[in-house]
Amino acid sequence: MAPKDRKYAKTHEWVKIENNEAIVGITDHAQDSLGDITFIELPSIGAKLKKSGECGVIESVKAASDLYSPISGTVVEVNEALETTPEDVNNDPYEKGWIFKLNNIDQSEMANLMDADEYEKFLETEE
Amino acid sequence: MSFSDIFGVNYSITFNLISSIYADFMKKTILFDKHSSLNAKISPFGGYLMPMQYEGIIKEHEATRNASSIFDTCHMGEFLISGPDSIDDLENLLSCSVASIKTGQCRYGFLCNQNGGVIDDQIIYRMDDHKFFMVVNASTESTDFQWIKEHISASTSLINLSSQTAKLDLQGPASAKIMQKLMKETIADLKFYHFKHNFYGNEQVLISRTGYTGEIGFEIYLSPESALKFWDDSINLGAVPAGLGARDTLRLEMGFPLYGHELNEDTNASESNFCKSIANKKFIGSDAVLDPSARKKILKGITLEGRRAARHGDKILSTDHKEIGFITSGSFSPSLQCAVAMGYVLSSFAVEQNSVVVKTDRGELTGKITETPFYKKATGRDNLANYL
Repeated sequence: MAPKDRKYAKTHEWVKIENNEAIVGITDHAQDSLGDITFIELPSIGAKLKKSGECGVIESVKAASDLYSPISGTVVEVNEALETTPEDVNNDPYEKGWIFKLNNIDQSEMANLMDADEYEKFLETEE
Repeated sequence: MSFSDIFGVNYSITFNLISSIYADFMKKTILFDKHSSLNAKISPFGGYLMPMQYEGIIKEHEATRNASSIFDTCHMGEFLISGPDSIDDLENLLSCSVASIKTGQCRYGFLCNQNGGVIDDQIIYRMDDHKFFMVVNASTESTDFQWIKEHISASTSLINLSSQTAKLDLQGPASAKIMQKLMKETIADLKFYHFKHNFYGNEQVLISRTGYTGEIGFEIYLSPESALKFWDDSINLGAVPAGLGARDTLRLEMGFPLYGHELNEDTNASESNFCKSIANKKFIGSDAVLDPSARKKILKGITLEGRRAARHGDKILSTDHKEIGFITSGSFSPSLQCAVAMGYVLSSFAVEQNSVVVKTDRGELTGKITETPFYKKATGRDNLANYL
């Protein structure tokens, strides 16, 4: 089940607000669909991201996918551990497998995202 | 996120949906229900709905390198070719030497067209003086059958056994013990690229010491009913079910070609660099294959600097950014922990340790031309007795 303490984008990223910063990762469904993740291109610190804009790449053994930012903001921190252990995203997509953090966010953008129940329902329709 | 796999199939489509979309025109192997009960991710391959992975490609890859795995390869084609002129016919059809194959031995070789392009790669098994068993790819089975039929003598019999023959690959160092437990007679004397009949229960089956992984392993040919039981038995004895995803990373680490990627009808067989599979003799396409000036590009391994993979179709550039070739296969290598690839490179640049640049959709990667196999510790050619 998707954790209820965060919001979800249709492109399968999650975003969690903590101390006026947004933590972003991909969902369990996304990691499962990709399979074993082997490489993550992280956004640069200081990069200004737009909501739904491309901000990185995730590769698995068999697939490659673009990563989109679910909300706008400035990258303040990236999960550097993923450069050597990208499998953290497979093993723990909602905690240890977080990808980047944003500040200068506009929390009103969160209203356009799905909550956990809506995301679960969305997955059913997508399947 | 938006993603699609290297075969162009959206992985987010669940197995149920994909099977309902393709069910009407895709074939299924006898083991299809086993795969679905194991929650395999299913994709079309060679006209069949095949398992790409069960629990994960890397886990299945590592099980094959370090322990044992079982692959459903029932999709592949099998022909029986026999008659007094069968040696001469096969000598004409195949790039490898046929007359020198001993009974009980098998050999890898190409079926070439008149221009030296590859119609298929196959393994030919010599059953006796005038009887051969040929194993071919699923996607090319009907083309191969037609081609062979058109090029054999009237006295040579060609029978397509594919629909009545199931095939499983039991691969990995621990597979020897598993295979021995399941067979009535000893397998201890089975040498690399040799085969023998044995008994699985009361059924006579054919086992060869071959595979597509580089490891100690076997390909077993048996009835579809027995294949269902063998699948379960081998898993109960510790074999991990492995899909085509791991099969691909395992063969790539060994530098083995995949038909449709490294080999096709427009690429001269000699450019594939598998010289051992090309005999200095007359065969269909030999004028082109044996002509040194036809070898304009050569298939080479490329080891990339990071974990990011090159993919089929990416361009290979020299360090001063001149186009010198193209990638045919690429992936992260679970054994080497970096990305590896194969590709055709202009002969003049195809020198080991030469630096190259690979231009992908998402940027440029750097790497070096490398000899294959990338993975040097494979057990395939070891003495089987040490694994029993």
